[in-house]
Amino acid sequence: MELVKPSIGLIFWMIVSFSIILFLLKKFAWAPILGMIKEREDSIELALASAEKAKQEMKMLQSNNERILSEAKTERELLLKDAREIREKMIAEAKGMATKEGERLLKSARENIQNEKMAAITELKNQVATLSIDIAEKILKSELSSDEKQKSLVNTLLKDVNLN
Amino acid sequence: MTNKINIFKRFLLVFALLFISYKGFAEEPETTPAAESAPVHQEGEHGVKPFNAGETIIEHVADNHQWHLFGHTSISLPVIAKTDKGFEVFSSSHFGHDGKEHYHGVNYIYALEEGSLVVIDELTDTVSEEATANLWDFSITKNAMAMFISMLLMIWIFVSVARAYTRNQGKAPRGLQSFIEPLILFIRDDVAKVSIGEKRYQQFLPFLLTVFFFIWINNLLGLVPFFPGGVNVTGSISIAMVLAGFVLLITFVVANKHYWRHVFAMPGVPVGVLVILTPIEILGVFLRPFVLMIRLFANITAGHIISLAFFSLIFIFGEMNVGLGFGVSILSLVFTIFMGALELLVAFLQAYVFTLLAAIYFGAAVDEGHEIHNHVDDHA
Repeated sequence: MELVKPSIGLIFWMIVSFSIILFLLKKFAWAPILGMIKEREDSIELALASAEKAKQEMKMLQSNNERILSEAKTERELLLKDAREIREKMIAEAKGMATKEGERLLKSARENIQNEKMAAITELKNQVATLSIDIAEKILKSELSSDEKQKSLVNTLLKDVNLN
Repeated sequence: MTNKINIFKRFLLVFALLFISYKGFAEEPETTPAAESAPVHQEGEHGVKPFNAGETIIEHVADNHQWHLFGHTSISLPVIAKTDKGFEVFSSSHFGHDGKEHYHGVNYIYALEEGSLVVIDELTDTVSEEATANLWDFSITKNAMAMFISMLLMIWIFVSVARAYTRNQGKAPRGLQSFIEPLILFIRDDVAKVSIGEKRYQQFLPFLLTVFFFIWINNLLGLVPFFPGGVNVTGSISIAMVLAGFVLLITFVVANKHYWRHVFAMPGVPVGVLVILTPIEILGVFLRPFVLMIRLFANITAGHIISLAFFSLIFIFGEMNVGLGFGVSILSLVFTIFMGALELLVAFLQAYVFTLLAAIYFGAAVDEGHEIHNHVDDHA
C-alpha cells in the first residue's frame, strides 16, 4: 500500500531539513527565548523575595516603633508617678517642718514672754520696794519733821503697843 | 482522555478504511485486467467518470509529485532522480496533468505509476524492473514542499518571537510572544522537567520544543483545506519515521550505563527470566520509537481520511440523485465541523503525546537510578 511505504526522498529531505531547522531554532530561537524567560523568572523571583524582605523589615520596624512608643509611655508614667510622689513628699516634709518651726517659735516666744514677765515682775518688785522705801522715807521724813509730830507718832505707836 | 480519543479515532479509521476498501474492491475487478485501458472502461454511460471515493481520498492523503490546488490547476514540483547513470532533474509537469504521460529524460524514460517514479523500458514500453530498482527518487514532492513551507513558517514565527524577547526585555510578553510563551513553558515545565528531571532537561529542550511545534504546526496546516495547507505532512510515514528516528538516535547517544544495564540485564532478575526478558527489552528499545511513528501517522492520516470520507459521501449520493447529494451535504458538513473540532484537539494532543513520550524515553535513558520507582516502561 502506497500510504504506508516510506519514500527515500521524503526521508532524505526530512532528515536534512529537520536537522537544519533544529540547529537554526536552537541557535536563534530557543536559546534566546529560554534565556530571556529564565532571566525574567529570576528577576521576578528576586523582586518578590526582596518585596517580602522589605515587608518583613517594615513589619520589624513597625513593631520596633510600637515597642519604643510603649516603652516611652511607661517611662512617662513612671516619671509622672515619681514626680507626684516627690511632690507629695516635699509637701508633707514642708508641712512637718513648718509645724515644727511654728511650734519651736511659739515655744521660744512663750519662754521669752515668761522671761520678760519675770524680769518685769522683778523690776516692778524692785521699783515697788524702792518706791516703798522712798515713800517710807518721805513719810518718815514728814512724820518726823517736827517734834510734835514725833511726839504724836510716838504716842500713836505707844498707843498701839499694849503693855501687856 | 487520550486513550478514549485514540480508541474513538481508531474505530473511525477502521470504519473509513472499510468504506474505502469496499469502494476500492468494487472497482478493482473492472480495472485490474487491463490497467492501460482503465480510463476508457471507467467512462460511464453518460461519458462521466464515476466518482471513486477511495481513489480520491488516497490521492489527497498520499504524497504526490504535483501539488494539486483546485480544478485543473496544480503546482509542478521538481523531480530529482538518482539513477545508475547519474542525477536527473526535471519538472513534474512533464508527466502531464493526470500524471499519465512519459518523460524522455537524458538517461531513461520516466513515468509515474501509482504515485511513484518508475523507469520505462524504451523497447517494450513497460516498466523496467531492473532500472527502477536502481532509481532513487529524491524529488521535492508535495509533502516535502509543504514541510519546507512549514519550516520557513516556524523559523519566521520563532525568530520573530525571539526578537520580541530581546526587544521587550524585562517586560510582559505581547502579541505572538504571549501566545507562544505558555506553550514553551508548558513543554519546559510539564513535559521536559517532569519527565527528564531538573538536572538534565535543558539538554533536550531544544529538540522537544522543535518536535512539538513541528508536529503541531504541520497538524494544523494539514487541517487548512487550501494552499499551503491540507497536506498530510505529519500523517506521512516517512516524516513520522524520521521524527521517531531522531528520538531513537538521541536516546542511543545520551543513554548511560544504567539504561543499558536495564536493557541487557535487568538488575534483580534471575538469569532464567533474563533469557526471556532481555530480547523483549531489546525489542522494546526499538518498539517505542516505532510506536511513536505509527501513532502519529495513523492519527493524523485517519483525521484526513475521515474528513475526506464525509465529503466523498456528498459526491457518492450526488451521483445517485442530485437532491440526495444536497441533502447529504448538510449532514456531511455537520460531521465535518465536528471532526474539524476534534482534529484541532487531536493536532495538539498528538504533538503533546509525541513530545511527552520522547521526553519520557530520554528521561529513562539518562536516569541515574536513584529511585526504585523510576523504571519507565511505557510501551504504549
